[in-house]
Amino acid sequence: MMLLLFAVFAITLVGCSLMVVLHRNPVTSALFLVVAFCALAGLYLLLQAEFLAMVQVIVYAGAIMVLFLFVIMYLNLKRDVEDGLQFALRRGAGWLLGILLLGTAALFLSRGWAPGATTEASPPPIGNSAAELTSILLLVGIVGAVVIGRGRAKPPGSEEPAP
Amino acid sequence: MSAPMAVPLSWMLALSGVVFVIGLIGVLVRRNALVIFMSIELMLNAANLAFVAFARQLDSLDGQVFVFFVMTVAAAEVAIGLAIIVNVFRLRETVYVDEINLLKG
Repeated sequence: MMLLLFAVFAITLVGCSLMVVLHRNPVTSALFLVVAFCALAGLYLLLQAEFLAMVQVIVYAGAIMVLFLFVIMYLNLKRDVEDGLQFALRRGAGWLLGILLLGTAALFLSRGWAPGATTEASPPPIGNSAAELTSILLLVGIVGAVVIGRGRAKPPGSEEPAP
Repeated sequence: MSAPMAVPLSWMLALSGVVFVIGLIGVLVRRNALVIFMSIELMLNAANLAFVAFARQLDSLDGQVFVFFVMTVAAAEVAIGLAIIVNVFRLRETVYVDEINLLKG
């Protein structure tokens, strides 16, 4: 069973990684990268790193990839043609997947769930000082991103026109 | 603490190596800066997988702490790197690294 799961996750991971590198459209690359990260989260679960699996999904597949997609669409490298058979097919697949997801959610919500046996899973022992280090690192990242993303400062010689 | 690994360590390491090489090829071959960035993320994740596999093998959580920090650094790196890419795009109207040759003079 474990080996089967490993095979599924490994094939998904390698296939999606290849598609990230080989596909021409960056948006498709980013979406395949999301799938690859989810497969990696599954591998972490197999390795009994439950906390990291959750962080992988939330931080990588959630936050980082949303940032990627946002920048790709902000730069608007390639205009998507929204007509033709392929678009209709894509829209149908989207509806199908959405309905499937909704059905699964409804099924799960309609059942009563008992708390299962507790596992010995625990987050890695990240100490207090290490957590503070992490927060400082992220703060530096935020400040850097804001400063860089604000655009170039005016060169010292050029005067702005008087208001 | 826990049962021995169901999946051999060598398989996990082989998978990690394969993903790392795919990311490396992506960095070397692709010219779109965004895809290069995604390939770098792939390489970071391949290293993470090796860390977690060894943490499981050695029954120690140190590897997972490392992975946590790698993820933090990756998040900060992505924020700053994408800001740089957006700035380069504003300046040069392209994200293809072949056409970005400001330092060549």
